[in-house]
Amino acid sequence: MSDTNLTPAPIDWMALLPIIGVTATGVIAMIIEMIRPRQTNNAIVWCCLIGLGVSAYFVLANWSRPAEETFGGLFMNDRFGQVTQLLLIGVAFITVLFSEGYLREKRVPFGEYYPLVLWSTVGGMIMVATRDLLILFLGLEVLSIALYVLAGLKSGEKRSQEAALKYFLLGAFASGFMLYGIALIYGATGTTHVTGIGELYALRETLVDRYPFNVLYAGIGMVTVGFAFKAALVPFHMWTPDVYHGAPTSVTGFMAAGSKIAAFAALIRFLDGAMDLSSVWLPVLTVLAVLTMFLGNLVALVQRDAKRILAYSSIAHAGYLLVAVIAYSKAQGMFDVEIGYGTVIYYLLAYGAMTLGSFAVLSLTARGGREGTLLEDFHGLWRRAPFPAAMMLIFMASLAGVPLTGGFVGKLLIFKDAIAVDMLWLALVLAVNSVISVFYYLRIVLAIVVREPDLHPTRFAAVNPGLFAACGICGFLLIWIAVAVDPFMKWISPPEQHAIELRESPPESSVE
Amino acid sequence: MNPYLPIVLLLVLAAVICTAMVTLSWLLGPKRITPYKSAPYECGVEPVGSARERFPIKFFLVAMLFILFDIEVVFLWSWMAVFRDWTETGHPAAAYSFWAVMVYMFLWFLGDAYVIRSGALDWEVSATLHPAKLGDLAEGPEVSDEPRPVPPSVAPAAAETAGSAT
Repeated sequence: MSDTNLTPAPIDWMALLPIIGVTATGVIAMIIEMIRPRQTNNAIVWCCLIGLGVSAYFVLANWSRPAEETFGGLFMNDRFGQVTQLLLIGVAFITVLFSEGYLREKRVPFGEYYPLVLWSTVGGMIMVATRDLLILFLGLEVLSIALYVLAGLKSGEKRSQEAALKYFLLGAFASGFMLYGIALIYGATGTTHVTGIGELYALRETLVDRYPFNVLYAGIGMVTVGFAFKAALVPFHMWTPDVYHGAPTSVTGFMAAGSKIAAFAALIRFLDGAMDLSSVWLPVLTVLAVLTMFLGNLVALVQRDAKRILAYSSIAHAGYLLVAVIAYSKAQGMFDVEIGYGTVIYYLLAYGAMTLGSFAVLSLTARGGREGTLLEDFHGLWRRAPFPAAMMLIFMASLAGVPLTGGFVGKLLIFKDAIAVDMLWLALVLAVNSVISVFYYLRIVLAIVVREPDLHPTRFAAVNPGLFAACGICGFLLIWIAVAVDPFMKWISPPEQHAIELRESPPESSVE
Repeated sequence: MNPYLPIVLLLVLAAVICTAMVTLSWLLGPKRITPYKSAPYECGVEPVGSARERFPIKFFLVAMLFILFDIEVVFLWSWMAVFRDWTETGHPAAAYSFWAVMVYMFLWFLGDAYVIRSGALDWEVSATLHPAKLGDLAEGPEVSDEPRPVPPSVAPAAAETAGSAT
């Protein structure tokens, strides 16, 4: 019974502070809700905004520390994780900022919304800061379970119920895939740490007889399927349009931005570990990327609902992001090309800002418990709410890739990376797709700016300061990162020793 | 011999026996069907109405809360068994594990307090949105198309204040 060898691994509390900060903020928000359940959520909103700000400060406090793993290899503290954690905190911040007005108009301003958003963010922050597959899975579940609840927030509405149930069933299915994949990888390598894959590969000469390659392939494939579900890659995208359409708009924005950032960051960490086998999974990812881009863009063309258009657009953007991931992975195996994760982070930031911003503007159609999201419902928004409509122009321009916006620079960087690794055809597919996408983004712009309302004009909600600020921040970010590309890329790129350590083996404690 | 052979044999054997039992009773058994026999079995009582009824969601809620209590006891029990030994032998991680479990228990109690506070265990209260949550919109000019129910916990209070005024 008394196993005296059971000592806790050394813990770097400093590195954990951002996660603890967001969790504690959620707990405090819930306590506020319990103390005063029959009052407005304003106190909760303020508490969340301040707590997220403090957590962002904690991330920056870790900024200049050398990259290292703590918790015996379960938690990775490096620049990549810090930047993505910062992105996730930012997404939560903007979501909280514009949610309250929308939730009141939608008649669902439950105080529990805010703790759930924060705890979902915590799940994402865990996902991006670990190289251990089981902890990654834990983070994924924390991220998802809160989102299942949030998707069904408007429980009286059939669409919202449908969204919650669909998301839950398919999410559980994807989790099953991923867990099975992790089990197979564990079976092949004997460790749940991703670096175990590389170590097994290094031993391939000595293990001729029983080299468990097939098990490993199956494991990597199934984990990739799990990620593809979360990141909405074709053909694992089926849930996306319905869930994005049915969930309350603020939740959709959070889902589209937050869970995609977490999924892509975790995917990069996973692929980094499996880099030695990249000849196996790179072709698969390439096929997924082409399918995702084409299907997302082509189906978006025929949609009549603004939320569904943006849902398909988010699928298409997942395809663009995948091209960036492919270029990054392929460059690791080439001697003359050096591509960091900067492009992916840049595009994730641009994508997050433009998606969240446009969903914030879409949320203006909610009024008195009802919400119309058809393109016709947006006619005349320009007159009613000029500032959000103007910001919507920036978001749409950025999504379509018009110069002088973050979306354009991001696509340019991906394009450049793809050409650098000799994948000109993939870059051309991306370019063709972004031309296709202009068409449906223009339809949204037309609906908002040009068309006049016809028989039954939509009664838009009043623009509240939170929404104003959220649109302003997103619009400013998109312009700013387009102007200051180099300083930004330098800011997020790791110091020299970080880049080396990312590919090194973990401390001895985690590998038997 | 492959070490997994017994497992395969077990699977085959199980499949054969189950199939044989079901098939043989279907082939050999006498079939005298009466209306009473062909009705679905309901504890020996004659069935009344459809089985596809809607249950109050409270049943599920209580079941889930029960599971949470269960899991909590499982965690505490296993921790307690180790912790007792650790305190006797003066294990270096004893204090650490104590505080870790305290944090866990704090969060757990918080969840419990939330359950009680939100009336999840209260059989009569249904969770509806309190109008005060809507802020300025609560008495705004536009009328919601959906009925906005007043929670029962508020209605008696309003009646009381009205009563005391008269």
